[in-house]
Amino acid sequence: MNAQALLSVENAAVDLPTARGNLRAVDSVDLTLAPGKTLGIVGESGCGKTMLSRAILQLLPKKAKLSGRVMFDGQDLTRLSPDALRKLRARSLAVVFQDPMTSLNPVLTIGTQLTETLQEHLELDTATATKRAVELLVAVGIPAPEQRLTQYPHQLSGGMRQRVAIAIALSCEPKLLIADEPTTALDVTIQAQILDLLAREQRRRHMAMIIITHDLGVVAGRTDEVAVMYAGRVVECAPTPVLFKNMHMPYTEALLAAIPKLDTPPHTALPAISGRPPDPTRPMKGCSFAPRCRYADGRCQGEKPRLERAATAAHQYACFHPIKLAAGAGA
Amino acid sequence: MATLELSIHEEAVSPVRTGRRLGMLFWTAIGWMILVFAVAILAPLLPLPSPTDMDMLERRAAFSALHWLGTDGLGRDELARLVYGARISLVVGLCAPVIGVTIGGALGMLAGYFRGRFEALAVGSMDVLLAFPPLIFALAVTAFLGQSIFNLTCVLGVLSIPAFMRVARAATLTLARREFVIAAQALGASHARILLRELLPNVALPLLAFFLLGVAVIILVEGALSFLGLGVPPPISSWGSMIGEGRESLDVAPRLAFIPAIVMFLTVLSFNLIGDTLRAITDPRQGAL
Amino acid sequence: MMQQAATSPLLSVDNLVVEYVVGNKTVHAVSGVSFEIARGETLGLVGESGCGKSTLGRAVLQLRRAVSGHVRFDGEDLTAMQGESLRKIRRRVQLIFQDPIASLNPRRRIGDIIAEPLIIAGVKDAREREERVANVLNAVGLDPALVMGRLPHEFSGGQCQRICIARALVLNPDFIICDEPVSALDVSIRAQILNLLEEMKARFGLTLLFIAHDLAVVKAVSDRVAVMYLGRLCEVGPSEQLFARPAHPYTALLIEAIPVPDPDQRPAESVPVGEPPSPIAPPSGCRFRTRCPRADQRCRDEMPELQPVRPGQYAACHHPLTD
Repeated sequence: MNAQALLSVENAAVDLPTARGNLRAVDSVDLTLAPGKTLGIVGESGCGKTMLSRAILQLLPKKAKLSGRVMFDGQDLTRLSPDALRKLRARSLAVVFQDPMTSLNPVLTIGTQLTETLQEHLELDTATATKRAVELLVAVGIPAPEQRLTQYPHQLSGGMRQRVAIAIALSCEPKLLIADEPTTALDVTIQAQILDLLAREQRRRHMAMIIITHDLGVVAGRTDEVAVMYAGRVVECAPTPVLFKNMHMPYTEALLAAIPKLDTPPHTALPAISGRPPDPTRPMKGCSFAPRCRYADGRCQGEKPRLERAATAAHQYACFHPIKLAAGAGA
Repeated sequence: MATLELSIHEEAVSPVRTGRRLGMLFWTAIGWMILVFAVAILAPLLPLPSPTDMDMLERRAAFSALHWLGTDGLGRDELARLVYGARISLVVGLCAPVIGVTIGGALGMLAGYFRGRFEALAVGSMDVLLAFPPLIFALAVTAFLGQSIFNLTCVLGVLSIPAFMRVARAATLTLARREFVIAAQALGASHARILLRELLPNVALPLLAFFLLGVAVIILVEGALSFLGLGVPPPISSWGSMIGEGRESLDVAPRLAFIPAIVMFLTVLSFNLIGDTLRAITDPRQGAL
Repeated sequence: MMQQAATSPLLSVDNLVVEYVVGNKTVHAVSGVSFEIARGETLGLVGESGCGKSTLGRAVLQLRRAVSGHVRFDGEDLTAMQGESLRKIRRRVQLIFQDPIASLNPRRRIGDIIAEPLIIAGVKDAREREERVANVLNAVGLDPALVMGRLPHEFSGGQCQRICIARALVLNPDFIICDEPVSALDVSIRAQILNLLEEMKARFGLTLLFIAHDLAVVKAVSDRVAVMYLGRLCEVGPSEQLFARPAHPYTALLIEAIPVPDPDQRPAESVPVGEPPSPIAPPSGCRFRTRCPRADQRCRDEMPELQPVRPGQYAACHHPLTD
């Protein structure tokens, strides 16, 4: 794969044994991410995006089986020892989760949680670590940082807690930050501030970032590339402007059309997608989206389409009947 | 036309069967329970010598055709005593928690639903009850009202009320704030209807599981009280009193203490196992992946 | 200050105040809110978390008693009612919640759940109940034969919300309060449920109060929109007009903050306006002044009331955004 890529996921698949049979949460996913770039992974619940992020971070539940390779900075993460992985975390690989109330330890002060990461990974002494902690809190826009150090998570609002979580994630200057639904639990005015913060810090540190979300609006203005997932697979992957203007996947088109937008007049019927996402314990023979797709035909139901390149090499999609193909460009 | 949910056909909404691997252990427990219950119920019909017939010549006799499990220190047939002892244990073990679950369960549900001063009152009274040293309480009751199975059952029943009250209240507290209860209120349902139709079916299961555990505990407690001579009065035999009497013969015939102990252990264990398994398989949330 | 309704409004809320005590502090959830909803209209109520919109929805139904103020439904004062008369009125007003799965009793079958309102309302004939349940299930797009005997956990979020809508419709109510009905659902299912609500409204002649935090969702279904902040109404106006030309700075802030799925519209670097204050100790005067770039001394001293800024549009602001 691309030797320059910071992260390269190759044919990753995650299987989870459940009471109802084997669940293929992630199915043959290939992704690459260059240093300093932002990738958005978009999909609805159950599409496998969270499992994919856990697979990259090597934080899968015990029962899950991961196959394929996850190459990060030249190393295959699936083959690293737990010790080596631990060293890699925080230093190179950081994560921000959706709910800051549960991702922060409720019985430790903010200061403790910040400094213990710094002391553990950067081996700083207490005084230096405290100074860095204050600097980090300032960087993420928390007023009166010295006082916050002695406060507990429940004394802060949701937006503040998420800023603290971001500060902890950024504390050891990681090369890649994975943000898993970082703003879903927040109000829309706070959401904008948090997303701006992430973008600002990313530019400043030249950090690569993956934003996982179900909200197409979040990825539209803030990512370089977007991968759309459905039923465990990446069904379309393209640079952001290309995806929105020139999408090939019927699912992407349907998803975009189904979102109510602020400039449509009220009481306009929304073009809804009929049916609902497939049951991951019952994998289908053909394309997973076929039952809900208006362009589907017999071939779609019998055969699973694979990811192929479009006219521009960076644009990939998995469909037998892609839409809006430029004239002359082969499928 | 509203968009129809096509997929409800194909995925045939597979309800998870509750046949989630009820293992050998569960069925053995059920088997033991059935045996104990059957023997206890059919006791008068079984061809056993009377448990109170003393045969001074055959004291501490070993296993024989006449006395399958031998005789105790006073020449009474062990097997018969065991069987009649089962009756005592089961009667006390089942009736006392019934008192607890009805009174405690009702109090707990009302406290968890209405909150406010009623709840404070209920919880306060339970705290008072819990503060009573149970043994002293039992002694006091038997001293005043005399030793009998009825008194014993009532005492143990009353002592078990706080525990059931807490379980019911905890379950009701979480449920009463759930939206389906508010939905019922929004429909104009009366309090009684909400308590009986909405809350009770959901609270009943944790209570039932706790009930079975309660049975196990009460059997043990009754055994302990009888062991100390405070439980059922002689000549009625109970497993606990048999263990107590067997204490004197430990060096000569240890089986006199061990056999009732093993039987009690197996019975209590069976109740625990069944209670646990029931709780696990009837949780509806676990059915939906 | 009230909108002039041609006929008397179906719902009229007058200076409603709802407070509740948490520990030893008082939370001012709703502080003097007044509005009207005309028959057949959908009023959207939008605001962020902690603004009191959900509390307001429940207070209208008297599920939470107000400290002061009145709620009039079809001329009758709900705040003065108790017991049986209140229960009777409740049959005409229904509520749909945010979490569809939690709104259904996990141990009861769908058929029983939907028949429950009929039983409470006194419909004794079992066959009639079954027929009405089947009709309403068909109306929401579910096959009664497949659905009635099952338990809630066997259905997805979207299907459960349809069941909740069916339950709300079975008594043929006049008015439905929708409290964040699509927030917990997947994006592709949201459109289905919104379309369904619109269709049901047309078919059954309903009046709706639609509460949500997502402006685009609210705009899609509402005739008029009310914006709420920390217990007070900031702005009320027709949907199209309000979003095209907001008069209150908070409304403008909300609109700007929405992530738009269009890569050409790169979001402007947002002005850090800080966090919303706590509802336990709201700021004096205008509650939005701590985050408002236009705030001045007057905003601190004087609580603004809803004033007309354009035909049909009202804003509670001393310095509204009029052009």
